[in-house]
Amino acid sequence: MTPLIRLENLTVAYNRHPAVHHVSGAFASGSLTAIAGPNGAGKSTLLKAIMGELRPAEGRVEHRLGRAEFGYLPQAAEIDRRFPISVIDTVMLGAWKKTGAFGRIAPAEMKRAGEALSAVGLEGFGRRHVGSLSAGQFQRVLFARLLLQDAGTILLDEPFTAIDARTTRDLIDIVTRWHGEGRTVIAVLHDFELVRAHFPQTLLLARELVGWGATADVMSSVNLLKARAMAERWDEDANACAPEEAPAA
Amino acid sequence: MTAYDLFLAPFADYGFMRRALVACLCLGLGSGPIGVFLMLRRMSLMGDAMSHAVLPGAAIGYLVAGSLSLTAMGLGGLIAGLSVALLSGAVSRMTVLQEDASFASFYLASLALGVLIVSLRGSNIDLLHVLFGTILAIDAPALYLIGAITSLTLVILAFVYRPLVAECFDPGFLRAVGGRGPVYHVLFLLLVVLNLVASFQALGTLMAVGLMMLPAAVAQLWSRSLPVMMAISAASAAASGYLGLIASYHLELASGPTIIMTAAILYGLSILFAPSGLARRFFPRPHLKG
Repeated sequence: MTPLIRLENLTVAYNRHPAVHHVSGAFASGSLTAIAGPNGAGKSTLLKAIMGELRPAEGRVEHRLGRAEFGYLPQAAEIDRRFPISVIDTVMLGAWKKTGAFGRIAPAEMKRAGEALSAVGLEGFGRRHVGSLSAGQFQRVLFARLLLQDAGTILLDEPFTAIDARTTRDLIDIVTRWHGEGRTVIAVLHDFELVRAHFPQTLLLARELVGWGATADVMSSVNLLKARAMAERWDEDANACAPEEAPAA
Repeated sequence: MTAYDLFLAPFADYGFMRRALVACLCLGLGSGPIGVFLMLRRMSLMGDAMSHAVLPGAAIGYLVAGSLSLTAMGLGGLIAGLSVALLSGAVSRMTVLQEDASFASFYLASLALGVLIVSLRGSNIDLLHVLFGTILAIDAPALYLIGAITSLTLVILAFVYRPLVAECFDPGFLRAVGGRGPVYHVLFLLLVVLNLVASFQALGTLMAVGLMMLPAAVAQLWSRSLPVMMAISAASAAASGYLGLIASYHLELASGPTIIMTAAILYGLSILFAPSGLARRFFPRPHLKG
């Protein structure tokens, strides 16, 4: 498999605090990878760096993708669900690549948005206001937006947090379908059961890379213990990482 | 007293009342929708801060021009308002201060500075005018300025509506699709300051933000759809202007504060009677069976 996105000695800082250290490796084209790890492991930070939203403090992210070729699902907490916007308008944002900020919305796009809503089980919800939806329904709307975006590379930040079991099942089906269609999917997850059950590849992160490869190998009890031990050692006041901590290239 | 005497005669008889009315209607049309966006972006306090920030700039304009010159004060206010908006945003990004704390610091400083500058040269009357406005003294050039700002506001809002909504609702997504959110943010700040400058002569620096925030709060209580909210906000701002002017004329009250009080009364009524208001909470309708 050809590498689509390559990380080289990637270090990312958040508020000048290094949050992810010296990660190297590659996401293969068409792979389905979970970024797993304990709370505060830098999972979302790594995802934002891959997307180009955060600049690396050191090292590089290499890929040939334009910004618009990424489909991105933000963490649910980053969106104000009381905002007065309708379901269909939210889904239509997925057509941004075609409509841009000022372009006309073609009737065909409108039809595709309706189909995307049906695909996530929300047929007929278009006129509803997003504030009237449950957390699970809202997550379905965001998945419909991703469907409309039709991106080859899809980045999901905690897609299954705080939603009901049935919605989680339905949305995992969509992720699996994307994988079957040859899209590259990278999802930040903290639920190790979901990772084991549905994600062939895993990147286990505890600010440093613990393991990256086939899920069964990476999610070994030794690695998980190691990740937890690293999480317990975190010192919030540590500034720069000492040179001897850096792995030899 | 006939209905004509009550509702129309003040405007038919006096030019200054007509000009004040047109100014109020314009201000409502522009500031109402802007206020809705301000509120949705949780920037209510920031609107307040920016309206005070207009003061030192306007005061410097006043000092330079030597009188209550509209151009000098408007230009000064525009520059000062924008720089405070951008500076305090930068301070909260680069330090540990939360945005509201940095705005509060900036607006206290600019209010004090503005009053100081005006009191250097002007009389207490001038100070009062600057703080609370002189809506009955609006002349033709001021009216043109207000009208131009309102037109510009509506045109720009219509033009950038989609990216502005996307930037308010889900800025992370807009960044991810390369939507240049900060451009629209700054453009929006510019509109806020422009509208504050427009309200400045009418309502003064302390109450200019009143025709933005109160109608926006009313709108939020009545509707769940953004276009309807903007319409309600503009309508209730314009209505506050009209009713406030009438009340101030017949009851011989100060016009600016009466207008803002009218907006506040509309807000109070909405809190009680709007669909999501208190009346519904204390006297719930029987829910449907089944």
